[in-house]
Amino acid sequence: MDQKGYRRGSFQSATSDEDMLEIAGASMDFSMADDDPPLDREMGGFSSYNGGGMNGTSTMMDFLEEPLPGVGTYEDFNTIDWVREKSRDRDRHREITNRSKESTWALLHSVSDAFSGWLLMLLIGLLAGSLAGLIDISAHWMTDLKEGVCLAGFWFNHEHCCWKSNTTFTDRDKCPEWKSWSQLILGHGEGAFAYILNYFMYVIWALMFSLLAVLLVKGFAPYACGSGIPEIKTILSGFIIRGYLGKWTLVIKTITLVLAVSSGLSLGKEGPLVHVACCCGNILCHLFTKYRKNEAKRREVLSAAAAAGVSVAFGAPIGGVLFSLEEVSYYFPLKTLWRSFFAALVAAFTLRSINPFGNSRLVLFYVEFHMPWHLLELVPFILLGIFGGLWGAFFIRSNIAWCRRRKTTRLGKYPVLEVLVVTAITAILAFPNEYTRMSTSELISELFNDCGILDSSKLCEYVNDFNSTKGDDLPDRAAGPGVYTAMWQLALALIMKVFITIFTFGMKVPSGLFIPSMAVGAIAGRLLGVAVEQLAFYHHDWAIFSGWCSQGADCITPGLYAMVGAAACLGGVTRMTVSLVVIMFELTGGLEYIVPLMAAAMTSKWVADAIGREGIYDAHIRLNGYPFLEAKEEFSHKTRAMDVMRPRKNDPPLTVITQDTMTVEDVETIVTSTTYSGYPVVVSRASQRLVGFVLRRDLIISIENARKKQDGIVSTSVICFTDYCPPLPPSSPSVLKLRSILDLSPFTVTDETPMEIVVDIFRKLGLRQCLVTHNGKLLGIITKKDVLKHIAQMANQDPESILFN
Amino acid sequence: VLFPQAPRMFAQSSQNSASPVLLLVLLGCVLCPPAQASKSSEDIRCKCICPPYRNISGHIYNKNVSQKDCNCLHVVEPMPVPGNDVEAYCLLCECKYEERSTTTIKVIIIIYLSVVGALLLYMAFLVLVDPLIRKPDPYTQPLHNEEDSEDTHSLAAVPTLAGARANTVLERVEGAQQRWKRQVQEQRKTVFDRHKMLS
Repeated sequence: MDQKGYRRGSFQSATSDEDMLEIAGASMDFSMADDDPPLDREMGGFSSYNGGGMNGTSTMMDFLEEPLPGVGTYEDFNTIDWVREKSRDRDRHREITNRSKESTWALLHSVSDAFSGWLLMLLIGLLAGSLAGLIDISAHWMTDLKEGVCLAGFWFNHEHCCWKSNTTFTDRDKCPEWKSWSQLILGHGEGAFAYILNYFMYVIWALMFSLLAVLLVKGFAPYACGSGIPEIKTILSGFIIRGYLGKWTLVIKTITLVLAVSSGLSLGKEGPLVHVACCCGNILCHLFTKYRKNEAKRREVLSAAAAAGVSVAFGAPIGGVLFSLEEVSYYFPLKTLWRSFFAALVAAFTLRSINPFGNSRLVLFYVEFHMPWHLLELVPFILLGIFGGLWGAFFIRSNIAWCRRRKTTRLGKYPVLEVLVVTAITAILAFPNEYTRMSTSELISELFNDCGILDSSKLCEYVNDFNSTKGDDLPDRAAGPGVYTAMWQLALALIMKVFITIFTFGMKVPSGLFIPSMAVGAIAGRLLGVAVEQLAFYHHDWAIFSGWCSQGADCITPGLYAMVGAAACLGGVTRMTVSLVVIMFELTGGLEYIVPLMAAAMTSKWVADAIGREGIYDAHIRLNGYPFLEAKEEFSHKTRAMDVMRPRKNDPPLTVITQDTMTVEDVETIVTSTTYSGYPVVVSRASQRLVGFVLRRDLIISIENARKKQDGIVSTSVICFTDYCPPLPPSSPSVLKLRSILDLSPFTVTDETPMEIVVDIFRKLGLRQCLVTHNGKLLGIITKKDVLKHIAQMANQDPESILFN
Repeated sequence: VLFPQAPRMFAQSSQNSASPVLLLVLLGCVLCPPAQASKSSEDIRCKCICPPYRNISGHIYNKNVSQKDCNCLHVVEPMPVPGNDVEAYCLLCECKYEERSTTTIKVIIIIYLSVVGALLLYMAFLVLVDPLIRKPDPYTQPLHNEEDSEDTHSLAAVPTLAGARANTVLERVEGAQQRWKRQVQEQRKTVFDRHKMLS
């Protein structure tokens, strides 16, 4: 019976949809007096509070009252109250089920309400898949635009331009319709001058793309920069960031992601695709009342949308769901599992039907070989795991140091200049080496590729002995000169990528991390693979090789080493476990390589964890001071609730509101003189017995509304939080009843409760604050921020770095 | 999606249960053309790559056949080796069926370029033209203003004054645009100036 006031909150038919859209998508107020837009609008048809001196049974009256719009919503940069949202949803559901027996229309309404979740997932999948297709096709085209243009139709990239013409076997990439810039301008493509012109055009295009990207981000949607996954993790744990998942952020992020990827910077598009998919989810939530008005339900939808995002990035629906479960989501009820899978599947299917790569594959670097591997190869795979772990730890440390420098020094004042300088350096260093000139996805695709007879790339220039070839099976061969050139070029590319990614991730353009780390791992893996292959070829009589790798057999697959290396490096940076292995084996389409992948992923996680505990996303959360309560860490200190609660021993006593003795003016003074987000309500100051908890935002909205709309509410009116208000002399002004905004079931712990249990309660229930009692009397309050500061203090980190509320 | 007030108007004008259906229909119309893209004869092919064999050089053969017929025997014409060698030669060749949709590519690239162009024009308008139009009004601020939040209070005064006046479409567009600009300014301050987020 207590939550009626909140239950009614979901049936606000008197207010227009417009208000709710504004609240959920727009307001960024930091000042408390400016709680517009809800109060700006004309509230026609709004029933006023029954303010008169009647102390009638208010239970029936509460039913008829409709709470104000704005009550029950949250301010920006605040944490939601999970318990309240969940109970609101249960009440709403109960109401609909009860009503469904009354009429056919109500029955239809209840059926459509149950079905709305699935319809929403379908829409999210469609939208996410279409946007991913748009991003893929545009990025592919714009990357090739740096090198040349297609005369048969400027919208074709290199591969599609040469589709129809007859290419020769030796010159598979050249066709008359595709002209490089020097060919277009000078008329010929050879010679030093042509090379310099190509170089120059490449750098100019790269600078133009990145300049456009950073200007669009700065001008239209500053929230569109960065990867997005740390902020989405925080949002899914209950934090509110208005505008982060809005329509402008969606548009700008999609557009600038293509520009950033095409400019040749060392970044990927997987992380930003998760952000794009979550924006789609948030925007589509506005169509359904059930999700628009309830923040907890909305976060379930966002978890599913994140799964759809990863699914289209890698063509891995199962991997996407596991990624959402492991990395991104905070509360993941089982119902969400099935719906996330559905959304991921629909997204993958939509992308497949758009067919961006022309071969019905969703990713450029899909692996199609199924060569067997030998148990002894686990040794190099574990070596790759160790390399991945070391690189991951190194990358996290240096990237966080650089981002911290960007945050605190003058470097952060010149974001546009920073982007331009980094792009210029990347482009100038990348052009001479053909392995850095091509886009990173193409590089990974080439490294994953197993060399067959038909491959003409430098990496596959082995010494061929045609007389002994039988069909398509090539034995291990000696490396030709092409392979040696490719090896040192790849080594240079590795060094360049390792260092440039540190400065690229975190810039003010959308930047992802997955592709660059996979590239680093793939290069390292391929180098090791070719080394092992040559070792096996030249020393096939050694004991370790003679058993299984005789001369003329095809035993070592360098492409597999590249794949394992990619998985190891990605695992070392993000500390993903199950989701990484599942994504990688969905990429390869088979279960043969599960054991090497798992070995490498586990090794890299252990090595990286030994050096530093956090993955890159958790490190960024800590750097920015988001109020994210880590769900995986154990709290193992022996402190008690009284050590953490406020007020401390020397502080002024807790600011409370009494249930029926304070006037409007008193409450307003309290609210203006303090900045707490909520106040406990007690029976009286002497007894300090707890009645409930009231939120600051609800108080402000209700009092302001009462002053405007209700008769007789003046500064000396008494505020009454109970059902039965004490009788007052007839000459006194009418009583303001605020029973409906009071939460009658706040969580309490005693002061002797160990902090382990308190932290567990906060995590499991998603609390914002918890009251502390002693012998039944209210003693203090613990907020989530206090818990976070305490954890930081115990871990010897800086407790002042926890920002926000 | 370019005008911030458009989705609001859309939401205003449609009921709760009708709008998801409407959106579904819209999405279907948008997705249908690419999905059923004209399977013109130029867009399907079977590509066979045959490596050098004995004294025959490597060659690439393209032919427009269905996926069932995409193999060496149907595509490689004229066959460069005599009859008894055909099987050995074909074992070396690799045939792949490829399909693409030129319409989809063209449509998507053109959509993308037009969105980028529209955004650039809007940015140019906001930076260059808007301050000139709004010069007589002392309360408004130019877009790239990095000053303190005292300005937001003066900006907040304007909508409440204007709120009493006619709610014409133009006024609402103005109000929405002002609100959006304030929002972007706040976001810019949080991210770029105070470095509170997204570093």
